Amino acid sequence: MPLSVKHLLGINELTVQDIEQIFKTADNFKLVLNRPIKKVPTLRDTAIANIFFENSTRTRISFELAEKRLGAETINFSASGSSVSKGETLIDTVNNILAMKVDMVVMRHSASGAPWFLSQHIDACIINAGDGINQHPTQALLDAFSIREKLGSVKGKRVAIIGDIMHSRVALSNIYCLLKLGAEVMVAGPPTLIPKHIASLGVFVEYNIKKALEWCDVANILRIQLERMQKPLFSTLREYSLYYGISKDLLDSLSKKIIIMHPGPINRGVELFSDAADSKQSIILNQVENGVAIRMAVIYLLSGKREINEPI
Amino acid sequence: MIKTLFDSKKLNLTLHRLAHQLIENHVGFNNTVIIGIQPRGIYLSDRIVKLVKEIIGNKPIEYGKIDITFYRDDYHNNNIHIPSDTDIPFSIEDKTVILIDDVLYTGRTIRSAMDALIDFGRPKKVELLTLIDRRFNRELPIEPDYVGLTVDTIQTQKVIVYWQEKDGKDEVAMIEKS
Repeated sequence: MPLSVKHLLGINELTVQDIEQIFKTADNFKLVLNRPIKKVPTLRDTAIANIFFENSTRTRISFELAEKRLGAETINFSASGSSVSKGETLIDTVNNILAMKVDMVVMRHSASGAPWFLSQHIDACIINAGDGINQHPTQALLDAFSIREKLGSVKGKRVAIIGDIMHSRVALSNIYCLLKLGAEVMVAGPPTLIPKHIASLGVFVEYNIKKALEWCDVANILRIQLERMQKPLFSTLREYSLYYGISKDLLDSLSKKIIIMHPGPINRGVELFSDAADSKQSIILNQVENGVAIRMAVIYLLSGKREINEPI
Repeated sequence: MIKTLFDSKKLNLTLHRLAHQLIENHVGFNNTVIIGIQPRGIYLSDRIVKLVKEIIGNKPIEYGKIDITFYRDDYHNNNIHIPSDTDIPFSIEDKTVILIDDVLYTGRTIRSAMDALIDFGRPKKVELLTLIDRRFNRELPIEPDYVGLTVDTIQTQKVIVYWQEKDGKDEVAMIEKS
């Protein structure tokens, strides 16, 4: 059964069945990743371009590894050092890459909606690897997959998303994904970093970090994104970490053991202290491991939709 | 049009014969493992393993299952297949592997299974056991070592193996598509 979508642009376009199918396929890829030979030849006839207009470590390596382990050919493109700095437009850049017979594009862009815009203009399958402050669908899928792996299911679980909600594409995709799967979601952080009408998505809003942690089963802690802030939204990083930083002491003061997640990169000592990030409650590195399996599943399921070339 | 090739009684006889043939060639099953091909081959391999164990006296046999979804060569033309689990909890290095599938048709599934198998190690030898061999429809040079029944079919015909534990009856039927 293929996915109901041709591209993966955002979580809100996926059905619950789509997400469950991605998880089930990822389970199988996880088995492949734990074998001596961590590679299958499924996509040996597929070429995939990773087009990154914004910096990335984890997502980019994770996508590239996922593609290689599916047997696909990959090319990497980053905006710095390319003709983008000479003034080439997005469509021109991508069309030139596609003219070299690429079947799929994995794209990250600093402008929200850039992958959606591109999908209106080109035929290739597009996977959004993060666009501005809009969405980061594969991250949300791997977060939910990690919760499912750790707690057995996502349904009925309480997940608090903590920190810089306003500038976070991870937050928005996570909210859509978790609500679809039947979890209860809370966002928490300083009022200046929480968008005004976010409760209309069906999430709880909390400004007190201790109360949020007492409420939840899982805390997904987000990075403070100074680079996206146009104006100061809190006084200093030190003040933020005093009121909203999560330490082992804070976790130990709770009535139950909650699970700590972080999409990375961590600002150690700001939103999350080292003793909490490296504690047994943290599944941060499991998230990274699951990221490859989830991306393999998404690429596998989407590339099946490719139209085959006319026979010569 | 449906034609019954095996009823449950005849199927049972054939399974016993196949089990005895395996034991004849692999005395003691000391360096031999059995691997069933997902999803439909495992019903046959479950039965065969059970029978072999009964005959040789419940000695443990290394038995695994392999899924070939990611090794198929028709990925882009067909609908996406849902993968099943691969479970090979032992080394196949330098062992004799008996691959088991219900129907041998074009040979492409077996080709995929051999590719998948070799990702787990280098077996000493690979043999193929199949319940039904549709011998005139081969697209690759693959032949079975143990056969339940050889049938001559054309492409518009279909052979389906029903299993009690999955379909509620033991039967092999040939269906003519109209």
